[in-house]
Parts: sequence; structure tokens; C-alpha cells
Amino acid sequence: MFKKVTALVLATILTVGLMSGCTKKTEEPKEVEKAEGKALKIAMVTDVGGVHDKSFNQSAWEGLQKAESELGIEPNYLESKQEADYASNLERLVDQDSDLVWGIGYLMGNQVQEAATNYPDQKFAIIDNAYEKTPENVIGVVFKEQEASFLVGYIAGKMTKTNKVGFIGGMDFAVINRFHYGFKAGVKYANPECEVMEQYAGAFDKPALGRSIAENFYGNGADIIFHASGDTGNGMIEVAKEKNKYAIGVDKDQNKDAPENVITSAIKRVDNAIYNTAKDLKEGKWKGGSTVVYGLAEGGVDIAPTSDKLVPKEILAEVEALKQKIINSEIKVPQNKEEYEAMK
Amino acid sequence: MIQSIAFILGTTLMYATPLIYGALGGVFSENSGVVNIGIEGMMTIGAFSGAASTFLLCDLYGPVWWVPWLGFLIAAIAGGLFGLLHAVASVTFNADQVVSGIAINFLGPGVSLFLAGILFGGSTTTPAIPLEAKLLRPFNNLLQDNPILGPIFNQYISVYIALFLVFVSWYVLYKTKLGLRIRAVGEHPEAADTLGISVYKIRYLSVIISGALSGLGGASLSMAIIANFRPTLISGQGFIALAAMIFGKWKPQGAMWACLLFGATTAVQIYLGSPQVGFKISTHLLSMIPYVITLIVLMGFVGKSASPAANGVPYEKGKR
Repeated sequence: MFKKVTALVLATILTVGLMSGCTKKTEEPKEVEKAEGKALKIAMVTDVGGVHDKSFNQSAWEGLQKAESELGIEPNYLESKQEADYASNLERLVDQDSDLVWGIGYLMGNQVQEAATNYPDQKFAIIDNAYEKTPENVIGVVFKEQEASFLVGYIAGKMTKTNKVGFIGGMDFAVINRFHYGFKAGVKYANPECEVMEQYAGAFDKPALGRSIAENFYGNGADIIFHASGDTGNGMIEVAKEKNKYAIGVDKDQNKDAPENVITSAIKRVDNAIYNTAKDLKEGKWKGGSTVVYGLAEGGVDIAPTSDKLVPKEILAEVEALKQKIINSEIKVPQNKEEYEAMK
Repeated sequence: MIQSIAFILGTTLMYATPLIYGALGGVFSENSGVVNIGIEGMMTIGAFSGAASTFLLCDLYGPVWWVPWLGFLIAAIAGGLFGLLHAVASVTFNADQVVSGIAINFLGPGVSLFLAGILFGGSTTTPAIPLEAKLLRPFNNLLQDNPILGPIFNQYISVYIALFLVFVSWYVLYKTKLGLRIRAVGEHPEAADTLGISVYKIRYLSVIISGALSGLGGASLSMAIIANFRPTLISGQGFIALAAMIFGKWKPQGAMWACLLFGATTAVQIYLGSPQVGFKISTHLLSMIPYVITLIVLMGFVGKSASPAANGVPYEKGKR
């Protein structure tokens, strides 16, 4: 008898534990006044980080929440625990009569396209992916990461004392290449003599790799490192703290991870993109079948607001001037190796 | 050149450390006859509890010397509790040990994220532990500017504890009465039982030790290599540790060499990708190096590995 009861209790604990791992979070949709009877339902599928990842998934969710309070839409999200969840999560949101379903992240590209073919009447949108031929019911949103990277590269080139800076990339593909070559171009623009050490870690979730790459860079004389490598870069920021060197963060403002060391961050305003798309949808300006590009001019990328803590004022003033030049296309920032090399 | 070798050796030690803890955990559990594929989940809960408790303690008492040590201990206790859970399921209730292990692997991240959400306002990561409250770097003052010994030996204390624990584990398993009992229970529980050894007690103890060691492995990542817990932190290292234990033929010293091999291949991968090498190799090819080398070593140099005879078989008293 005792055994049976204990077994039952344990089984319950295990099941509850399992569920806490993969519960579907339906945030109680606040009763927004339904002006025209029915609020727009906009939902998103996160990448494996989840909505509290302090990175682009969280930023996307903040965009939807802003749209909720200002536009009266009804937001919802599903978190993907692994890549296999993308497709089923997208379908679940379609089944819930969402007016628009977002896929957050480049890795969801194929699944969103597939869902768009299966449900031709459903509107979809995706962050960080541009299709060669965008289906009529899909909007692709991409960012000009290279422009923000150019600015932080300029700051690094101006602030380095050893004339050596570093770049750590997650994986070698188009999005990360934009960070890479934008940064390199910015460094060279500020300081043609400066050497850029560069390495791809091959993973976004291995802080130990980021750590040893950074130890190697700092050990060989670099004094500022920029990373575009997700959690891998956290290892780099840790070494910067230990060795008291400078680091540059990515996607969101990473200064609070190391207030004395992260001088600036190249940030991506995923929230602005999501909010603007919701606004367009509400005002009937949905532009299906197109790719929308968010750069400096559109408020899609920028440097972190906390940059003034460690970066000298003069340099920040120069950065402001550079922003104008980039917006007026006086400076064209390279987004891959070919464009970078053509610049020289 | 010497600097490059120093870099490779240092990276090897750093990368292998969490694996060594996990693999030692596997050694204890499996030598007593309980398969433990829940190392991943136990490492996750250890990583979370270590980072979270150290951060909270540091918030309360400031960065006092005992704060990280208490955090490290709490990580071991949390891992041990998960070991206890695995033991209850697989020793007392004769559940399938693999299934119970898989449940632990779900439970570890689940509980961690749940608690992180409660403690830190909905966040899935814990706030960063300040540098002064992280684990100790015993040789930092001595070696921090040394270009050769620095990269190798200026490691966190968790690295040295791991190596010390390898020795302790070897001593316990092969030189003490307790170790003999653990191995006897794993090889032939009926025989051990007839000689008056409590199979259940020994297995409980071994699985709890296994959980505690795995918990330390997780904490050695979240309290030394970086300074906070995040959901992707462990990402498969528990399984690599498990592979290292099998590769090391269920022996503490064997498992350690296997972990060092995994660490070394990763270090070589990073070194070959670094700008100092002077030629560019595709990162995709480089990422294969650890696996290719492991396969070659497995095929060529390691003989047949035999697990403890009663490994994975639940013991029922009085059953013929």
C-alpha cells in the first residue's frame, strides 16, 4: 500500500515536472476594448531561446505587447523547445484563428514557407529571412545588421590602444556575415592600421568555445572583441571581465552583464519591426509577398543607449555624424566578403 | 609555438572539467548496476542551483569567500536530490532505468526554468554572478601575466577539484571496502546479498553520489566558465560525459582520459580556426574534428569495453 501511494505521488511529481518544462503559455489576453467587435489576433512562434531569452525572441514579444497596449491587438506565443517544434507550433497558431503568425528567426525559414503553401489564406511573417520568391501571404523582415556593426566597429577602431580588435561569429552564414563585414569595415574606416582577428565558433550555445577563442584573442594583444554568437559570446564577456578588457555586445544591450567591460552593443530592434507590421495590418496596409528591410533609417538597428558610459563623448558625436552619412547612403556598408573586398 | 601549445593545453583542461564531473557520476552509478542517462538533467539542475544560490547569497552577504563554496555545495545537493529521485524510481520501484533517466533529463531543465521564472521575474537566465563571488582561481596572482604557464594553469579551482575527485573515486572504488561492495553489487547483486550486503542501500548511495557529482559538473560551467545559468548552457554535455565514461571502460581514470581527449580535440578545433594559424579551414570541417578523432580512437586503440554485468538490471530480493 505504502509503495503504491509513494509511486503515485512520484509519478505525479514527474508528470508535473514534465509539464512545467513544456507548458504552453497562454498569457491571459487582457480584455482590450474591442472597438470593431473583434481584435486582431497576432501570434508568434519563438526559436529555442524562448520569450525570456534576453535576445531577439524577447524583443519580438515586447513588440507584440506594445502592439497590444497601443493598437489593441490580441497577442499570443508558443515557445519551441527544439527545431522539430517549429512546424507544429505554426500549425497550432493557425488553428487558433490568428490573423497573422510570426516565425521568429532565420532557422524557421523552410517551415514558414511550407505552412504558407498549406494555408494560402493565412498571413505569415518571418524575422531574419528573405525568400528568393516570397509567397503572396508572407512578409519577410530582414535587418541591416551591418550598419549597426559598422558603428560599433568604428568605436572599436577609435578606442583600441593595441591596434588589434577581435570578432567572434556564431556560424558562418549570411546574417552573421553581415555583422562580421560591417564591423570590419567600421574598424578600418576609423583606423586603417588596426588589425581585426576573426573566428567563427561554429555554435551559438557553447560558452566554453567563446571563452577560449576570447582568451586567445586577448592573449595575442586584442583589447576589444565584438561577438555575434548568442550564448557562445557569453564566454567572451566573462573573459573580458576577468582580464579587465573591453567587449562589444550584440542584439540587445549587454552592458548589464558586465557594466565595466561592455562598451556598447549592436542592437536589433525586432520589437519595432513587429510593432510596425501590426500597425500596417491594422490600417489595411499589409504588403504580402515582399521583404521589408530595417536599417538605421527605419529605426531597425542602432547602438546601445548605454554606450555613453564608457565611450568618450567625441567618439559618440562622430558616430552620430556617421549615422547620417549611412542613412543618406554616403557610406555604403558591406554585408558580405565580396562587398567588403570590392570596397578596397 | 610554445604559446600555442599552452593555449591548447589550457583549453583542454577547461573544456574537459564539466565532462569529468559528469563522467565520474556515471562511473559510480553504473558500477553499482544502475544505468544513469539522466546525467544531462542532473548537470542542468546543478548549474542552475549553483548559479542562482551564489547570486542570491552574494546579494545578501556580499562577495564573502564562503559564498561560492556554499553555492557549489548547494549544486551538489540539488544534483544529489535528483539522484535520489532516480534511485527511488529505479531501485525501489524497479522502473526501467533508461526511462527514469530520460524523465530526469526533462525534469532538470523544466524545474530550472520554472524556478528561474519565479526567482528572477520571469527570466529564463539567472543574473550574472559578480567576478569576486565566482569560484576561486588559486594561481591568479601568481600566473595572470605569465604568457606560458598562465593559459595552462590559471584555471578555476573547479578544474583542480575535478582532477582530485578522479583520484578519490579511483581510491574509493578500488581500495576501500565500500568500493568493493559497490562493484560487487554491480556485478552480481544476488551473491552480494547472500553475503549480507544491502544491495538497495549501496545502489541508493551510488546513485545519489552520481547525482551530486553531475550537479558539480553543471556548477563548474555556470560558476566558473561563465557566470550565470541559461537554458542552452549544458546542451548535450551530459551525454558526452556518458560517452566518455563508456569510452573509459567504466573506470574513473579511463573516463578522465576520455574527457581530456574530447577537450583536446575541441581545443585543436579552436586552435586551427584561430587567426594565428595563417590558413583558413571551413568552420564546418573544423566542427567535425572532435567527432572524427573520437571515432578513430574508438576504432583503433580501445579494445572491447565490458560494462558491469548487472548494469541496468533491477534487483529484486529473493527472485531466482
